[in-house]
Amino acid sequence: MHIADFSVGMLGANGIVGAGMPIATGAALAAQLEGSDRVSVAFFGDGASNEGAFHGSLNLASIWKLPVIFVCENNRWAVSVPATYALSVEDVSARAAAYNIPGITVDGTDVLAVYEAADQAVRRARAGEGPSLIECKTHRWRIHSEQRGNPADPRPRDEVEIGPQHDPLQILGSSLQAQGVATAEHLEQIESEVQQAVENAIDFAKSSPLPRPEDALLDVFAP
Amino acid sequence: MRELTYTEALLEAFREEMRRDDKVFHLCGGLGVLEQLIPEFGADRVRVCPISEEAYVGASIGAAGSGFRPIVSPGMMTFAFTAMDQIVNQMAKIHYMFGGQAAFPIVFRASTGGGRSAAAQHSQSPHPMFMNLAGLKLLMPATPYDAKGLMKSAIRDNNPVVFFEDQMLGPRGVTSPIPEEEYTVPIGVADVKRQGRDVTVIAISKMVFEALEAAEALASDGISVEVVDPRTLVPMDKATLRASVQKTGRVVIVDEACVTCSAASEIMAVLTEDAATFRALQTPPKRVCAPDVPIPYSPVMEQFCLPDRDRIIQGIRDVLS
Repeated sequence: MHIADFSVGMLGANGIVGAGMPIATGAALAAQLEGSDRVSVAFFGDGASNEGAFHGSLNLASIWKLPVIFVCENNRWAVSVPATYALSVEDVSARAAAYNIPGITVDGTDVLAVYEAADQAVRRARAGEGPSLIECKTHRWRIHSEQRGNPADPRPRDEVEIGPQHDPLQILGSSLQAQGVATAEHLEQIESEVQQAVENAIDFAKSSPLPRPEDALLDVFAP
Repeated sequence: MRELTYTEALLEAFREEMRRDDKVFHLCGGLGVLEQLIPEFGADRVRVCPISEEAYVGASIGAAGSGFRPIVSPGMMTFAFTAMDQIVNQMAKIHYMFGGQAAFPIVFRASTGGGRSAAAQHSQSPHPMFMNLAGLKLLMPATPYDAKGLMKSAIRDNNPVVFFEDQMLGPRGVTSPIPEEEYTVPIGVADVKRQGRDVTVIAISKMVFEALEAAEALASDGISVEVVDPRTLVPMDKATLRASVQKTGRVVIVDEACVTCSAASEIMAVLTEDAATFRALQTPPKRVCAPDVPIPYSPVMEQFCLPDRDRIIQGIRDVLS
């Protein structure tokens, strides 16, 4: 359920809200110790920015100028609790100042704006100037997690409908077409290729055998 | 052979392993004696952290998964409860959850135990809690010799290893003869600290010394006490513990933790579930532990709670009768 792919530098999803931030900070520490240009990125939501792990990680990364980027996807809801209630600030990025690091709020549905902010943060990290906080404002599409039994959506009706109206891929696609960078056919082809790749992955998963039950005893410890 | 204290032995272990592998480094809540390592290894490799255990214990996990071998020392284990999510949900589980894609070689060292009127929050023995966390190894050496050897093994182990040091072992001035030549003590191997015939006393950490004093006192009564030190709680050396009890037929298990679900409880289960050991028992096994109370501040009350030589002697007499 919580997947990782270390071969591409994806150090794992986390079931504990905010718990990835200290780990990402440590990966950045490793980069600093080895003198490489690797940069660590931690993704989390608005709810996680209230956790102690957030505050401790930003402070630690700041005093050591670690090459880590903290990216908050603020979709204004944390499980069932709205940010309007839970957050003491309007913008999560305001919290960066408390740790003496740059914080920026961008429209998280604007791919190019996010790219620009990320690019700056990566350059800063590689220049040894330390961490950054990027807040991407966005909209939740569904409920907190995919669960059986269709739990009720805690959001008001009008909020539920907003998400799909701000689809980052559609926004980017329209912009690319308007600028003559891509045609509708080209974009449809990409869409179709991706859809096929996803379906192939689903088929592969479904047709793969289940693991042996006793394999539950493997991998507790590394050799 | 030179006699070294607990602290001197550990510092030697750190020096030797940091010279051997430059991926070994320290994250600590306070430098203390680790400061002595800075002239040789530099402040980058011996880093003191802001008081934010969740952040730096978590960072040790990220660094370990990225090719380094951190030794993280929050000081007293009691301070690290603020990092329990990182220990329980991350450190213990990350190798398993991600199918062994990376190893996380971490030594998590902290002090535990009571005996100096430091009050409840600074006098506890939480090791039983950690025994139940699948994914962590757990060491509790009693002697400086074992501490140095086990620390070297812990640093070389490719897994998270929790290393609990009793906070009284320094003040008690315990020393061991330490060889000049390099050595390690293997993880998962118990040690018979004193041979005996009439009763086995299995003792955890500083209780080893209380047990040895009890054994010495009873020798003049003609009672021959065998003292066994598990040294490693996870993975436990069940064979050595069982063999001793099969030999003597009687066992007292001494553990400073509160009695419910103590390490002594687990050891009792390990002994009695084994048919040969069960059949060898002449009397029921006995746990000598702290009662289920927070350890008190008042010296007389604390002494009432913590096991000691006299309570061990009483326990031995109980299983002999």
